[in-house]
Amino acid sequence: MISGRPVLEMHHIGQVFPGVVALDDVHFDLMQGEVHVLLGENGAGKSTLVKILSGANPRSSGQILLDGVEVRIETPRRAQELGIAIIYQELNLIPALTAAENIFLGREPRRRSGFIDQKRVVTDAQSLLDELHAGIDASRRVCELSVAQQQMVEVARALSLQARILIMDEPTSALTGQEIGELFALIRRLTQRGVSVIYISHRMEEIFEIGERVTVLRDGRHIETRPIAGTSREELVRLMVNRELKEHFPKVRVEPGAEALRVEKLSRRGVLEEISFTLRRGEVLGIAGLLGSGRTELARALFGADPVDGGRIFIKGKPVRIGSPRDAIHQGIGYLTEDRKGQGLVLNLAVRENICLASLARFSRLGWVSRTRESNAASGFVDKLRIRTPGLGQQVRYLSGGNQQKVVMSKWLCSESRILLFDEPTRGIDVGAKVEIYQLMNKLAADGAAILMISSELAEIIGMSDRVLVMCQGRIAGELSAAEATQQKILNLALGGN
Amino acid sequence: MRVKSLFLQHGRQLTTLFVLILLSAALWALSPHFMSLSNWLNIAQQTAINAIIAAGMTFVIISAGIDLSVGSILALSGVVMASALQAGAPVPLALLLCLVVGALCGSANGLLIARGKLPPFIATLGMMSVARGAALIFSDGRPVSGFAPGFRAIANGEFLAIPLPVWIMAAVYLIAHLVLSRTRLGRYTYAIGGNEEATLLSGVNVKLHKTLVYSLAGLLSALAAILLTARLNSAQPIAGMNYELDAIAATVIGGTSLLGGEGQIFGTLIGAFIMGVLRNGLNLLGVSSFVQQTVIGAVIIVAVLLDMMMKKRRS
Repeated sequence: MISGRPVLEMHHIGQVFPGVVALDDVHFDLMQGEVHVLLGENGAGKSTLVKILSGANPRSSGQILLDGVEVRIETPRRAQELGIAIIYQELNLIPALTAAENIFLGREPRRRSGFIDQKRVVTDAQSLLDELHAGIDASRRVCELSVAQQQMVEVARALSLQARILIMDEPTSALTGQEIGELFALIRRLTQRGVSVIYISHRMEEIFEIGERVTVLRDGRHIETRPIAGTSREELVRLMVNRELKEHFPKVRVEPGAEALRVEKLSRRGVLEEISFTLRRGEVLGIAGLLGSGRTELARALFGADPVDGGRIFIKGKPVRIGSPRDAIHQGIGYLTEDRKGQGLVLNLAVRENICLASLARFSRLGWVSRTRESNAASGFVDKLRIRTPGLGQQVRYLSGGNQQKVVMSKWLCSESRILLFDEPTRGIDVGAKVEIYQLMNKLAADGAAILMISSELAEIIGMSDRVLVMCQGRIAGELSAAEATQQKILNLALGGN
Repeated sequence: MRVKSLFLQHGRQLTTLFVLILLSAALWALSPHFMSLSNWLNIAQQTAINAIIAAGMTFVIISAGIDLSVGSILALSGVVMASALQAGAPVPLALLLCLVVGALCGSANGLLIARGKLPPFIATLGMMSVARGAALIFSDGRPVSGFAPGFRAIANGEFLAIPLPVWIMAAVYLIAHLVLSRTRLGRYTYAIGGNEEATLLSGVNVKLHKTLVYSLAGLLSALAAILLTARLNSAQPIAGMNYELDAIAATVIGGTSLLGGEGQIFGTLIGAFIMGVLRNGLNLLGVSSFVQQTVIGAVIIVAVLLDMMMKKRRS
């Protein structure tokens, strides 16, 4: 239900960080009841823009109007008062508290005695959650809820604050297909109530499904705002990157070589059940499955990060024992984790130091690191992978997601890994960088590396894999060749069909 | 360009240095005697012990840990060494024994933290009490005093008109700087403090390196014990009380983040000097030691407060 006047207008928005112009003369407006998609590569300025709205970047320039009245949003609290709520990629809930306690955190209804009115907290929260058709018991602790349910709790919290503008930053990145459907239904109910949504996502399918208008940002500038109906995916991609992306998945097939990795009946109680498969050199083996199907757990077990109860692992035909990540790295395995910032990078170390972290022994003698050799190696990877960084000494926290991912990849290339476990290699990465990562995978496969690629994006699995294993509840539910893999077949297996 | 990049990389240390200079200028204005060479040598000598312990503390804090046991380790290694000396052990052997005791206590901390998964605060809190108790048991609660001039020369001796403790402090900082910036141990110390999980998943032997970091802290406490015992001509089982707090203060004033992953060793040296200069200056001005405590505490709070405000402005 869109009514004709903008609830929010942003004019001539600018934001300068030391040495970088993050936003330059950006315009944005939002109608009541609208889902307005904000699109752009990483580093295009989307996050900066929503941070201005949420009061996290108070030193921006330009004009913000709410219902035609100019406002200044200097603190997150002010944003809250103005009815602007933001739901971040990383959820901001307190795991040990219940859903109800989280929803009313800081605003608990009190009895006359001054104590918190626990009963009202729960009943009020429950009615909010029920309104959202969330199907969540308000008295359950947040740590027992799924990511999708936690998101619902965040939305309920926003509504309890009378939010009129809801900003969602990559809300579906950790959701399964069904959960995404539920989220979209929720968004539609919200917009019918007159809530306006700013929606940030990289997933094109979603944008077309949920969005009404789209604003494309590039390099901190406003490129275009247009209705989504009548726009094609190719057009949007072109606006974002300003260069035609010929094909989405530039897969190059390589004749598979010798066996690189063989797994026999790998098991871990309650997590993995008799997993067996073979991975050959030059091959990209896709691992599909829903969240919780054991995909990441499989990668962690292969990498020695989690213990296993049984099963054998062979590398180049020889049985090996992998009890720790150290063992795995010695065997030439590299593991690009799903959680880039939490497990892949040391954010406050430099690009050079991150690239060389897994192979520092090679650059040192008697514990003494040779900076020259280290820098030479690192700068080789920066060139080869086209990592955009001001220098080797730059802390990786300042790089965009795509460039950070390339740093992690460089780390494993630098440690001369020949078996690469890629867990969601393109999550949260813009289109341009995605393609570069696909091309890199092609190159690695052509050089004889063996790649195991876990992904939640079915298109990516189908587009980049030579073979697909589908996991379901800790088991391998089926194997599909590149030719026979379709989204439907994969989903069917992942859901426990056959 | 060079100046700019120097400032970008070491801005925090330069600020601390600036504070030190400012403080010195103020004290000079208040007390002319402050700026004499002899007084500065005095300050350096008094700062040496805290500075040496703080160097170890810096490693620990960069690794996102904390070590509360350094003062007790100093006492224990001190009385062990003193007893060995009195029993007639040759000086080099006694010194070695002292360092070994310190390093062993530190490794015990490290093993409890790395293998036993104890929080550093708890493990070293326990060690603080254990080592203190051990020092009291070992010495029967009495100071061990009276050593040969050869040993006391460690504190009284001079080289090129500069007291030996100052040389030792300089050497410790030079080596610590090289270890932190040029060796794998140093790199891994930052990496563990920055993101232990990612470091572990990069195949780094996190347990070993954590243990090494705490061993180093113990070793440097023992080195400080040698200097203190030589200076006082006596090893006290109650020596080193609250030294952990001075060391933590010097480290934090020097810009090392208690969250780990960040920090520079020379910042800590400047931090130790700020505390030394302050104590010295307040003494010269005849300020009572009660007031001194209050002032130093306030300085620590203000220093960290300013640092956080500046960091916020930069980001």
